[in-house]
Parts: sequence; C-alpha cells; structure tokens
Amino acid sequence: MTKDIRLTLKIWRQEGPDTKGRLETYTADGISTDMSFLEMLDVVNERLTLEGQEPIAFDYDCREGICGQCGCVVDGRAHGPETATTLCQLHMRHFSDGDTIVIEPFRARAFKVIKDLVVDRSPFDKIIQAGGYISANTGGAQDANTILIPQDIAEKAMDAAACIGCGACVAACPNASAMLFVSAKVSHLALLPQGRPEAPTRVQAMLKAMDQLCFGNCSNERECEADCPKEISIVNIARLNREFIKAGLGYAD
Amino acid sequence: MQLDARIPSGPLADKWDTHRFDLKLVNPANKRKYTIIVVGTGLAGGSAAASLAELGYHVKSFCIQDSPRRAHSIAAQGGINAAKNYQNEGDSIWRLFYDTVKGGDFRSREANVYRLAQISNNIIDQCVAQGVPFARDYGGLLANRSFGGAQVSRTFYARGQTGQQLLLGAYSALMRQVAAKRVTMYPRQELLDVVVINGQARGIITRNLINGKIERHAGHAVVLCTGGYGNVYYLSTNAMACNVSATYRAYKKGACFANPCFTQIHPTCIPVHGTYQSKLTLMSESLRNDGRVWIPKNPGDKRPPQDIPESEREYYLENKYPSFGNLVPRDVASRNAKEQCDHSKGVGETGLAVYLDFKDAIERDGRDVIEKKYGNLFQMYEKITADNPYETPMMIYPAVHYTMGGLWVDYNLMSTIPGLFVAGEANFSDHGANRLGASALMQGLADGYFIIPYTIGGYLAGTEMNPVSEDHQNFGDAENAVHEFIGKLMAINGKRTVDDFHRALGQIIWDYCGMSRHNTGLEEARVKIQALRSEFYENVLVPGHEGDFNQSLEKAGRVADFLEFGELMVLDALERQESCGGHFNEAYQTEDNEALRNDDEYCHVSAWEYKGPDSDPQMHKEPLVFENVKLSQRSYK
Repeated sequence: MTKDIRLTLKIWRQEGPDTKGRLETYTADGISTDMSFLEMLDVVNERLTLEGQEPIAFDYDCREGICGQCGCVVDGRAHGPETATTLCQLHMRHFSDGDTIVIEPFRARAFKVIKDLVVDRSPFDKIIQAGGYISANTGGAQDANTILIPQDIAEKAMDAAACIGCGACVAACPNASAMLFVSAKVSHLALLPQGRPEAPTRVQAMLKAMDQLCFGNCSNERECEADCPKEISIVNIARLNREFIKAGLGYAD
Repeated sequence: MQLDARIPSGPLADKWDTHRFDLKLVNPANKRKYTIIVVGTGLAGGSAAASLAELGYHVKSFCIQDSPRRAHSIAAQGGINAAKNYQNEGDSIWRLFYDTVKGGDFRSREANVYRLAQISNNIIDQCVAQGVPFARDYGGLLANRSFGGAQVSRTFYARGQTGQQLLLGAYSALMRQVAAKRVTMYPRQELLDVVVINGQARGIITRNLINGKIERHAGHAVVLCTGGYGNVYYLSTNAMACNVSATYRAYKKGACFANPCFTQIHPTCIPVHGTYQSKLTLMSESLRNDGRVWIPKNPGDKRPPQDIPESEREYYLENKYPSFGNLVPRDVASRNAKEQCDHSKGVGETGLAVYLDFKDAIERDGRDVIEKKYGNLFQMYEKITADNPYETPMMIYPAVHYTMGGLWVDYNLMSTIPGLFVAGEANFSDHGANRLGASALMQGLADGYFIIPYTIGGYLAGTEMNPVSEDHQNFGDAENAVHEFIGKLMAINGKRTVDDFHRALGQIIWDYCGMSRHNTGLEEARVKIQALRSEFYENVLVPGHEGDFNQSLEKAGRVADFLEFGELMVLDALERQESCGGHFNEAYQTEDNEALRNDDEYCHVSAWEYKGPDSDPQMHKEPLVFENVKLSQRSYK
C-alpha cells in the first residue's frame, strides 16, 4: 500500500576532495513509500534547487541495479539496510514515518571523495588493467562449442562474474580491502578453461595492484559478503587464496 | 547532398568478403601514427576501442560514466542472437537475415543486415574466448533460448545478465589495451561538439564532468558509439545519462540524422506508478517464452487475478496470433497491450497494465526450473513492486526502450561527415523500423569488433590528411561556442528545474509521437515543443557553478538538445505517411489493426540534414532496394 512518510536526513556535504566535509540535516516531507531511495533524493534535490541551494551530488545511472554506479553508506550499511539490493533498488517502503537516515559516501583510503556522496572508484579499473582479462585478440577465436565447459563450472563462473564493481565491499570492510572484488574476477576467469593459461600471473598482478592502490588486506571479517548487492560469496576469496598459493609454488594448475 | 550508401556490388552473400578485399590496408607499422577517438564504451564503443588498439592504432576512449564498465549495454538482460544452428532447428545465416529484415518491417538495408547475420557467429566465438560465462547444457555445450519474432532457438544468454557479461568482456579487452598503453581512457567526460576541419572529422570538444574544464582532443577519425535517444520521452528503460547530445551535435555539424521517428516500445516493463518516477524498468522479453499474457474478459473487472476464473480470462496474444502466440515481435505486443488498456481492460491501480502469468509454466516445469531461468528477473520485480511473481502474475506495460533511428551511415558505418563513424544504437543501420529481441547486442558487437576495425583502415589508407593540432582555429571556435552556450544556460536563472522541463517534453512526445501517432496530434506536438523550448531559454534554473561537478548543468545541456531533437522526430513522423514497425500512424492500418506500409512511396530511409536554427531541416531519401527478399505484409498469425 502506498503512503507518504516524513524523514529527517543527515547527509554528507563536501565541496571537493580537498575541502572539509560535514553532515547537514534536511527534512523530507511527503515521500511516497513506492519511491526508490534515489527517487527520494531526486525529490529533495528538486526542492533544494527551487530554494536556491545546491543539490546534493550523488552517483547513479541505470537505476535497475546493474551498472554499479550508485552507492552510499546508509545508516552505516553500504547500499542501505536491505540485503542483496543496490541503493537504486532500495525502496522507501523499508523505512518508517519519522525515521532519521544518515547518508554518507563510500569511505576508503583508495576512494577519494569527488563531491558530497560521489567518490572516485577508478582504482577498480586499475586493478582490472593489471590482469583482469583473458588475452584474446579479436578475430582469432575458434568455434564457441570446441571447448566443453561443465554446466556447474559455468554456473560458478557466472556467480563470480555477476560482480557489478560498485565498491560496496570496500566500504563495508573495516580494512577497506578490495579482496571480494579482486577475488570475484580472479575466480570468474580461473574457473573457465579459457582463463587458465594466465591464472598464475593474473592473481599475482591483481593482488599487487590492489596493495599498491592503498586498499587494505583481508582479515576475514565477512562484512563485504554481507553488504554485497549481488551476493558475491567469500568462497571466491578462498579460491583466490588457493590460486595465489598455487601461483607462488609455480604450478599453473 | 547526395547519399551514397556504398553498398558493394555482387551477390548478397559475397558482398562483405569482396568489400574487405577491396578496402585499402594501413601498414601495421603505420597504424600507431593514427589517433582514433572513440566516444562511448558500451558494446559498440568498448569493442571498437579494444579491437582498434589491438591492431596497433592509438585510441582515445571517452565515456560519461565513472568507469567504462558502466555503459548502459550492461543492462541488456535477455541475450544475443547468432545463426549457429547449434540446436539443429534449420537455422542459418539466411534465416537470421530474413527474420531481421522482416522484423524491421522491410525498412533496413539488405546488405547491412546480411553482413550482421554473417558476423553473428564470430561474435559468439570471440566472447567465449574472452571468458563470457554463457549458459551451458549438462553436456557442456552452449545453451540457447528463443526470443520474439523468431521460431528457432538462436539466442545465447548468461542468466538475465547477458548484456553485463558481454560488456564486461569488451571492457576487459579495453582495460588490457589501456595497460598496454595503446588506449588512453577518459572517463567522466561528455562530448559537447565534433570538430570538422577541411570537411573531415578531426576531433572533439569535451567537458570534464569532475571539474567542468572544457578540453580539446584531436585525432584522425572519430567514432561515435553514444547509444540511442530514448530519454527524449523522459521515462524510458534507458539509464539516466543516456542522451542524444553527441549524435545531435554531430547532426548540427553536418551528419544526416536518419529515421528519428523509428522508436521501439518494449512490451514487458514494470508499469508507471507515480509522478516522481525517474525511469522505467524492463523485464526481459525472454519472459514471454514461459509467461502467458492475459487480461480479464470483462472491462473494469477489478478482482485480484487469482479470483478471476480461467473462463473469464482473455489470452489475447495467443488467440489473435496462434502461431507466434506470446512471442510476437515487440511492436505488435506493445500495441496490443495499449489497445486492451484503451478498452478499459487494463489491470492494476492505474488500469495501464496487463498480466504476465507464470502459473502454467511453474506447474509444468517446476518452480526450480523457472527460478533458474528467470530468478534474478523475478527478484528484481519483487524488489520494485513488493509482489511475488511466483505466486501472483506480474503486471507489465510497454515502455520506450530502443531507438532504431540514428545518424545515417554508409556500408562502412561512416556518416555524411568524412571521418565520422557511428556504431551501435547511435547509427540507424540494421534494424529498420523495429528491432527484434537479442539483436542489439549482436549489432553493437558486430560494429565494434568486426566492422569498424576494417572500414576505418580503408578510410585512413585511402584519404589524404594534413596534420592537425588542437590549436587549430576550428577547435578554438568550437570551444568558444561551447563556453558561450554553457554561460547562457547558467545565466537564465529562472523558476523551473531542468527535470521539470524534461518531464514536460517527455509527456508531449509520449502522447503524440509514442506507440501510435496521428497527423493532427503530431502537428500539435510540434507547436507544443516549440513553446516549451522558448520557455526553457527564459525560465530554466541551473544551480551551482560552471567549473565544478554539476549534474544539473550536465542535464540542462542534454535537455536543450532533446528539446530540438523532439521536433525533428515529430517532423520525421509527419513526413512518413505510412505505418511500419515502431512507427504506427493510425490512418494507415490493416483491418486487423496491423501496421500498413506504403512500399510505393516510403520504401526509403529518411535522412535529415540540418539547415540552421531558423530553417526546417532538409530531407534526403535513400531508396531501399530489395533484391533478395520479397516485401510482404508482416503476419505473425
């Protein structure tokens, strides 16, 4: 059932990467419970604009939970209180009239704040550049059915490949580690026969890049898995560790 | 202006091979001397940038998102077609070609579509080699499913996230080239103008969205892969940042815009529920494989779906189209849903919805089978609507989804500005008046992996070019014009927000140039758009500063272009006095309410040339010649 609720919002405002930020308080009246969280912020921004204030900067694009561009920490949880949900898919029916909601950017040493709730996640691209690919130039591929891939292996690879690169795992981790993100890509490619030739160099290069980009290390807190909107499992981190050890021992398989 | 499609001569099946042989080659050692600008990093842009860099060209790749991995191709759910015939159903390149031409209601170019069907098989091979985790059968072979407009299973898929997986494949190839220093990546940059020097596209002007800085980028060729213009309707299944600005500004620089009125309304989207709504969410068409579309037989029946007995339900698609049933093409399914709702048979709070019911499929195959096929789609539906589709039928309604129109390109995918190439949804080339499901991914990757890399070589090797620096006067002029325009938007300081104007424009276009159109409405829409545009320049309110991260300013520029482009759409719809595919003019329909084409007068591409702010654009015709298929009235009965 649709209804209107009134909320108090405490939102992080920060002009730029080098300025000091602060939480500011706003009242949001007449918020329909059918709205998505980002539509609620749209409504607040329309009002701020008409009042002559600067709207709150926040990232978004597809608004259907797949592009990975949106994301804030809502009441201490990356992407808010619902499990397996990106911020754009979180609906206001999960909040109650009179609630106070605290909205902050994803915080991590590796993710600089650009403005308000917008952060720079380009370090993720740099990790992929270090080895998150299979070296297959366009044009040389053999027929797609030449190599059989057992269904369960394809499914496991797909489970890992479902990562949207939003950065929630980093924001949720007390060490601001990117281990879940890295392990998802390492697993996806290491599980497939096409990804095996580069598996040892890939895992080593990606982890090295992660360290160099100022992400922390993994200490098995499991917060990443709890906040991941795509339910990427920490089984992938275990697989990454195995791949890493194998690579260190010089075994390709 | 004379349009030359440069279609190679010879038999259809040999055209592409002959053409590739005829194209001049750039010596491998010389490729690094050329800089190619690729705008957009979706399936077309990402795959083009990566493939060009692999060949040795220096590539500058631009995207509007914070990472090239986020382009809206990522949201494509259902799948990608290929003529592999792995299921032994008699599929072939010819059949895929024929289905695509027919599905496009005979308004596309035979030669382009045939090439697309040929390349479709290479795409699947390439993607598997890159590690795209396509669905597999128990034996480990690739699985397929069927899709609207086809009677064979030729669609490859990765759960309901096929676009994501294909895009991540192209993105990983692109990242590999960034690491190899053959691609320079420019994320959070928006194209604001194309720079033309001596009649050739030689660069672009962009705005750095983080600090507002206007930048100049020179190159030897420019490839626009900037997607479609569905957001002219405000509400669509497009991502929020999707816009027409890159292609529209190229149009203002001399690139013809083809068939802007060809827009596709997708039949299976979650219905609209409030004025605050920012976008519409698509439910993959693959759902129609197992879901049955129905409405109550009696108009105004407000009982909950489970209380309506079988005898009082109307499965209108199955009844009307016995051979294709729920799998009729998108335009047919959409128009039928609208027709039922117009007759007050719609369901839900607004009456603007029909049921898509999985009860029979769950009883037949078991819940786990349905969950495996559509689990994430069902989950997404439940998140948005709070209804559980395993227990109660989904409610769906059509929404704007894809735009078949785009910049006019020849067989080489080059626009009417030499050196300006256009790929993916941004061009008009392959889908005619209607696109079949699972064809967009195919086209984007065909253009990017397998067409542009060859045809750009042919252009560069066969064209004389002077060195151009970013200090050239044309760069200066373009940059000044961009500055001036931004200053103008910031200075208006009116009383209506950018979104408010966008919403108003979207309503006009949806009402008059949407699923069905008529001449009086179109005339009226033109006047309304002009009035709204005048008001925009007097009354829009853009907060913040020019030299800053300013999302309102970004949107203002895009809406300004939509306000001009919307009128071009309406003009095009008015000019085309027939119905075909997604363009349905109520005056032209068969007795069964199907689109009635006029092949004698309108079997052509309408390519519009910009003639300045105070004149109407000029229309050029590219006649469509069908030598291999017979034009027929589409029938899915």
